[in-house]
Amino acid sequence: MKTTYRAAVREAIREAISQDERVFLMGEDVGRYGGCYAVSKGLLEEFGEDRIRDTPLSESGFVGAGIGAALGGMRPIVEVMTVNFSLLALDQIVNNAATLLHMSGGAFNVPIVIRMATGGGRQVAAQHSRSLEGWYAHIPGLKILAPATLEDARGMLWTALEDPDPVLIFEHVLLYTMEGELAEGAGPVPIDRAATRRRGSDVSIITYGGSLHKSLEAAERLAGEDVSAEVLDLRTLRPLDTEAILETVTRTNRAVIVDEGWRSGSISAEISARITEGAFYELDAPVARVCGEEVPTPYPKHLEDAALPQVEEIVEAARSVLPRTAGVRR
Amino acid sequence: MTHLYPPSPPLPDRAHARTLLRHMVLVRRFEEKCAELYTREKIRGFLHLYIGEEAVAAGSVPVLGPDDSVVGTYREHGQALVRGVPATTVMAEMFGKVEGCARGRGGSMHIFDAGTRFFGGNAIVGGGLPIAVGLALAARREGSAHRGSDGTRVTACYFGDGAAAEGEFHESMNLAALWDLPVLFCCENNFYAMGTPIEISHSETDLALRAASYGMPAWTVDGMDVLAVEDATRRAVEAMRGGGGPHFLEFRTYRFRAHSMFDPELYRAKEEVEKWKKRDPITLLADRMREGGMLDDDGMEEVEAEVRAEVEEAVRFAEAGTWEPVEDLTRFVYSEQDGDDGEAA
Ligand SMILES: Cc1ncc(C[n+]2csc(CCOP(=O)(O)OP(=O)(O)O)c2C)c(N)n1
Ligand SMILES: [Mg+2]
Repeated sequence: MKTTYRAAVREAIREAISQDERVFLMGEDVGRYGGCYAVSKGLLEEFGEDRIRDTPLSESGFVGAGIGAALGGMRPIVEVMTVNFSLLALDQIVNNAATLLHMSGGAFNVPIVIRMATGGGRQVAAQHSRSLEGWYAHIPGLKILAPATLEDARGMLWTALEDPDPVLIFEHVLLYTMEGELAEGAGPVPIDRAATRRRGSDVSIITYGGSLHKSLEAAERLAGEDVSAEVLDLRTLRPLDTEAILETVTRTNRAVIVDEGWRSGSISAEISARITEGAFYELDAPVARVCGEEVPTPYPKHLEDAALPQVEEIVEAARSVLPRTAGVRR
Repeated sequence: MTHLYPPSPPLPDRAHARTLLRHMVLVRRFEEKCAELYTREKIRGFLHLYIGEEAVAAGSVPVLGPDDSVVGTYREHGQALVRGVPATTVMAEMFGKVEGCARGRGGSMHIFDAGTRFFGGNAIVGGGLPIAVGLALAARREGSAHRGSDGTRVTACYFGDGAAAEGEFHESMNLAALWDLPVLFCCENNFYAMGTPIEISHSETDLALRAASYGMPAWTVDGMDVLAVEDATRRAVEAMRGGGGPHFLEFRTYRFRAHSMFDPELYRAKEEVEKWKKRDPITLLADRMREGGMLDDDGMEEVEAEVRAEVEEAVRFAEAGTWEPVEDLTRFVYSEQDGDDGEAA
């Protein structure tokens, strides 16, 4: 079945609302407007105001209300338009959602799912282009998902709703229009494992979300230079699938990490540290990273492009960790 | 303490009325050009047009003096242009050119101009409100030595009806009132936050009534009538110059265009838009001026011609502008000290 990432997310929401009485969607402009990325278009008409709830501009208020509803037995899907605005709800997410279970000695779990768009690339400047999923991955108590494929867009939500704890789903803005084939019966997928999206033996490109597709393109280009690159899609940033990371690096002995987030104190730094801790003696070269430039994302295209990871940089980074003879046609 | 503003004050003298008209026409034509340039992909990203709401900026901003401050929204072209940020540098900003008022780095939603004390377009709804409180606090603390020529310096803060649902609205209103700070809260109530009508956003849709509950004077003003806007703003600013503390003005207005260039407008009826267009702020003033014998077809054409020239010049300026070199990408992440280029380490 031909579909888009956007439609796959919508289908996942439809399924969840139809299958489980406790599920409802709430957020800014999810109803009448149809969702700021048109994800929930048509759902208000189909399910009514009780299940598709337009909220005022009150990120802290409605995310907190989602947490309360989850405590009260519901399974809310809270949509925050973009990660940028989730900063207004940071207190609720970090001090409440992530903390209550532990702080209550296990008495109160918070089964909430919070979805939001993330990432840059649309020339909407610094306050609308952040990639802060790695930042959220710092917080114990949260699970952080980054669906990058149609299967994951379709399948992660249900699994997240079944999870007893708070799950944040980050949808990269450039993926919504991505088209592709989705199996007719596509359904729930696991949310605790990374996935190998391309097999290779010379170098491991470790990435997630919007950067997956750039990494796959880079791997394709590298193939043209006789370099066999493996691409690992992390899918979940917390908990990290350390085993999968160490496994691929142990086979290829070289790693390039690609992340749109900033380099300092980042998820890419964490991955690199885990490689150092768990596979140091397997490495034939230092770990390389391709990250967002450490600036607030600028508006003009040429500067935004320069600020975000690009395919050519990934190719370069891969070359830099390969022995000098590699890449020369033998 | 809330007042619905009286019908409309009398027409001012011809020169002044013409200035009000010219400001509104400038904003209108400038933005129509922006919409065209957007379809030609000269302007990218988000573009929020103010068309329909021009009377708010044109009536209120010029009441402020050069020492006062303005905090805008992301729908701020009108606020900036009327404040006196040159149309050339605003247009260059929208093109992303380095000659833009923010070096092209912010685009439509992030107009900044130190010279006119225009403290930005802010793309986080409600994000400007606490900043305005801080600017007013600074003005108050600087005291009489740094007073504006005619008394306390005022900080005017623009925001929408949607923003009034944010926690920062409550926190800022409370702080400003509590500390008696000279913030002029200018609420542009266009009855929608993106696609969400005000009845769905607010339990009490009388926003001035809510403001009054913080203990500040609050008036509801016909935001389509530039004379009413100006009159209300003058009274508020006068009171504030004399130490009157924060004031709240709710300007009832309407956006004629979509929320942004991505909005298919599924949430409101065409008839509703048409109804509001009958109270087009430009026509309202022009008609009154005609009745008062201050304007005829030639006079109107003269205004249009002046504005046309200004907008054309802005586009020329933006077209001729240059792209910031990629080498400068990391400049201004930190302040540049002498002999240091401010690059991130
Ligand atoms: C904190 C935050 N939440 C959500 C958004 C997305 N958004 C941009 S404009 C807007 C509507 C704001 O409505 P209002 O304050 O009434 O201003 P208007 O656009 O009508 O001028 C929304 C929801 C945002 N930019 N910032
Ligand atoms: Mg509004």
